[in-house]
Amino acid sequence: MYDGGKIILGIAVFLAFATFPFYSNMGRTVPKAEPKIDTPVIQQMEEKECVEPKEFMRAEHMKLLNEWRDSALRDARRVYVSSRGKRYDISLQNTCMKCHSNKSKFCDECHGYAAVKPYCWDCHFVKEEARDEH
Amino acid sequence: MGALLSLSVVIVLVLIALAGVGGADLTLLFGVVIPYLAVATFLAGVVYRVVKWARSPVPFHIPTTCGQQKSLPWIKHSRLENPSSTIGVIGRMALEVLLFRSLFRNLKTELREGPRLVYGSDKWLWLAGLVFHWSFLIVLIRHLRFFTHPVPSLVFLIDSVDGFLQIGSPHLLMTGLLLLLAVTYLFLRRVFIPQVRYISLPADYFPLFLIMAIAASGILMRYFYKVDIVKVKELTMGLASLNPTVPEGIGTIFYVHLFLICTLFAYFPFSKLMHMGGVFLSPTRNLTNNSRMERHVNPWNYPVKVHTYEEYEEEFREKMKQAGIPVEKE
Repeated sequence: MYDGGKIILGIAVFLAFATFPFYSNMGRTVPKAEPKIDTPVIQQMEEKECVEPKEFMRAEHMKLLNEWRDSALRDARRVYVSSRGKRYDISLQNTCMKCHSNKSKFCDECHGYAAVKPYCWDCHFVKEEARDEH
Repeated sequence: MGALLSLSVVIVLVLIALAGVGGADLTLLFGVVIPYLAVATFLAGVVYRVVKWARSPVPFHIPTTCGQQKSLPWIKHSRLENPSSTIGVIGRMALEVLLFRSLFRNLKTELREGPRLVYGSDKWLWLAGLVFHWSFLIVLIRHLRFFTHPVPSLVFLIDSVDGFLQIGSPHLLMTGLLLLLAVTYLFLRRVFIPQVRYISLPADYFPLFLIMAIAASGILMRYFYKVDIVKVKELTMGLASLNPTVPEGIGTIFYVHLFLICTLFAYFPFSKLMHMGGVFLSPTRNLTNNSRMERHVNPWNYPVKVHTYEEYEEEFREKMKQAGIPVEKE
């Protein structure tokens, strides 16, 4: 091999970058994301349901929240009629967070796991109660 | 036509993943076995190719130059275009690798009325190439969020800069779109420029279609047909920590995306994509132009047995004298 030193250095740099996920996770176990829905408000509900079905919320909640934002702040429409025909007040703080008062154990659980930083909290504040609970 | 062949191969690959996971439910094969095989092929193949290149001797310094060579002190030396020192070469290589400087000089040639041959500036290929490669790199780094925990702050930084337009939710990441646009341009260029189409082979079209399909499936998955991202991360973290698990209920489109990427990884070392390593090993770019300052001896020069004139005269002096041939020493 010609210029062996430089070639081996180059290969070492390549392998260091390419195998970064492997050695950085060596011997490390990451707890799975398990969002909790055991808040007092949810436990008192007779029928435990969100504004839309669970599957829809799991996949599309961010889209719904974005639509709610536009609807409430840009069009001043504050009533949401769900696919089941129920009416909800469009408000992150008063509707979503009323039941899901445990931001750190609900929102942050998956967002932290999947490294997503939603910009809800650039404007909204996290209620003290929600923080104190956990 | 090469393009149709390549397109059909990519379509078949998508169908294989759809049938394998959507039909036969082979999630272990498509989620664990194939990714490991693909990454192993990629790593071993790239190292093998680079070592094989490194075994070829490059005895003489043969840089392509486009500037004034280092010469007399009062003649201005072009350090980057015609480097005479290692620092100059590093600068030249950095410009080449990071900014595609040689492609910036790309010209278009046209035969006009007359006949008259005209040259014109043509920066589109350079621009699209730059957008394509940088977007691909950023997309790749962004994907570290699936393979690390805690995720490095660099990934968050890139994500926030990439998505700073804050369009929609999940917020639009510009590089994904730019990658798809740039790769589409690189494909259309091969179709619409007759000279380029003439020299284009299936090996040129296939990576373009493959990357197009990878970008498209990724965009579909992020914005339209959502998959369970938490389960995706469970799978990818399992792969990265060598402790694979296959969670139930990840959408099939994820496996299509993953299978296309595995194909890209496995195909990489055998293809033109090896220019990733090759750009560093181009003798016409990574050598100094110091042939007038240093003597480069061919390492495989055979030791030639020489018989000098002195030795010859020594051997035949008497015979030469008898034949009347003049000799240097009496």
